[in-house]
Amino acid sequence: MKLNRFTNLLVIGLIVTVAATGCKKKTGFVTPLPANMGGGGVVKDPRPEPAPPLGTDPNTKGTGTEIKSDDIKAMDGVKQNAFGKHEGWPEDRAILESSKVYFAFDSASVRPGEASKLTAVVDYLKANADKAVKVEGHCDERGTEAYNLSLGDRRSVSLREELIKLGIDPTRVDTITFGEARPASTGHDEAAWKLNRRGEFIVLSPPK
Amino acid sequence: MKHMANWNFLWIALLAGLAPVAGHGQIRIEYDVVPGGTKPVLVSMSGFTGEAAQVIQFDLYVQGFAVTNAEAAQYELSGSNGENLQGKAMDRVARQALLAKSYSGAGLRRQAHTFVDDFLQSIKRVGIGKSKIAYRSMKGENGEIYVADFDGFNPTPVTKDNALVYSPAWEPGKMALYYTTYKMGNPSIFHHNLSSGERSAFARHGGSSLSPAVSPDGGRVAMILSKDGWTDLYVGSASGGEPKRLTRSREDESGPCWSSDGKWICFAAKVNERRSLCKIPAGGGEIVRIPTSGVLNPTEPEWSPDGKWIVFTSMMGGFEICVVPSGGGVVTQLVPGEDPSWAPNSRTVIFTRRHGSGRSLSLLDVPTKQVKDMSRIPGNSNSQPSWAK
Repeated sequence: MKLNRFTNLLVIGLIVTVAATGCKKKTGFVTPLPANMGGGGVVKDPRPEPAPPLGTDPNTKGTGTEIKSDDIKAMDGVKQNAFGKHEGWPEDRAILESSKVYFAFDSASVRPGEASKLTAVVDYLKANADKAVKVEGHCDERGTEAYNLSLGDRRSVSLREELIKLGIDPTRVDTITFGEARPASTGHDEAAWKLNRRGEFIVLSPPK
Repeated sequence: MKHMANWNFLWIALLAGLAPVAGHGQIRIEYDVVPGGTKPVLVSMSGFTGEAAQVIQFDLYVQGFAVTNAEAAQYELSGSNGENLQGKAMDRVARQALLAKSYSGAGLRRQAHTFVDDFLQSIKRVGIGKSKIAYRSMKGENGEIYVADFDGFNPTPVTKDNALVYSPAWEPGKMALYYTTYKMGNPSIFHHNLSSGERSAFARHGGSSLSPAVSPDGGRVAMILSKDGWTDLYVGSASGGEPKRLTRSREDESGPCWSSDGKWICFAAKVNERRSLCKIPAGGGEIVRIPTSGVLNPTEPEWSPDGKWIVFTSMMGGFEICVVPSGGGVVTQLVPGEDPSWAPNSRTVIFTRRHGSGRSLSLLDVPTKQVKDMSRIPGNSNSQPSWAK
């Protein structure tokens, strides 16, 4: 009985594959696989191979497809450059460097002790009406990347809100998160982490 | 990563708070496989050599099998790999032949993967041997998105952004990805057709556009946007148009994923000062908390394709890969690691581990907790994995 089942299976396999290969080979039940994943044979995978391999040494600089501005097709209705007001404006990180705001662990609230640092930012923007500011939100390494991207984002928008409350026009304040990707200190202890949980203000000047 | 005082403090507080509750009877998990508590299925192998044997053994291990001697094995795999791979599978317990096939073309690795897939199909399981992964490989401060076979072979760069990139997310059933790139300055979400190489800007807004997740039918994309001045969860049509805002909170939402039936979007949030997993109807509505008893600070949820489980990362000092029934409940902590993504078989997971300055990818079979490191993938910092489904 057991033997019969096994033999049946073999016979079925033989019939199926002979049908598929058109009796080309006499070596038994050969099931051809396609050279790529395009279909045929026993591999039924609807996916074609990935993007044409454009290089094989992944340790070198990425050799994939480059985004060129001309190549980008906007999806229907997507507002490209909704934020584009300050695109291409030269950045100056030095002017407001001493105004970095530090955050508590797992928090995007601007602490009272830190809020006074915003005065210099507000004063600068009021004195330079043609300029804008980009607020960067950063995190320490103790969160997962997805969590840190969102927390850093929340930190940047919290600081933006504070600037707006202090009278700055919302259209003059851009935000960006870097999560944990751009630490100010590369240590792995609280001394480093407290420097990394921060917001930074980058001055944007209109192109000359 | 060893002195995470604040998370540790919270964790101790939780343990203390839960101690009386823990005695109230165990909650039974009524599924056919128990995460982390299932013994591997024993299988024997004979006749395969070299690369073919390695592939078969690897594929079996990350899908919950352990290779043993013929007497102890439930399944017996035998065959040869000369010019073509020939393989037979036998159920020794049921005394039944399952499979006898020969393979040609496509290379020995593909033949061996297909043989294991055929064996799994013969015992009514879904094989993953031909599936693909996407991940990010860092080079200095920036990274590129790569696509590879699920076992890390044939890594192929698909971007040349030379920028921060994150979260490749497969469009189900297609050779296409959404991902986040800083190429244009602010983080934006791009759609990348891997077959044609065509790129589309999917979400480019003021603020940051982050963490795309594609619905099971491919028609909608959940994401985190701050274009309206807050950090909130949005959902947009894959064909474009204005995305719909689903949350309005003073806190940050992160890491969205879809329920397997496409009705819910699951995400991590801070609710009443507590980090939690939540879900919200994909068309908008009330936020429902998903209880994760036993751990704190859950992030990065991903719903299993069979709908039964949510895998996520808990942050309690280090990072821990965890699973919870998709309706919430008692959490099983599996192994240290983060950023998990399910395979199409709803049991194997790819995840990231941090070490020194870099990161690496590993595979985990959730029921048996068997882990294989994918140290063979080139580059010393590979992360953000996503398994094509």
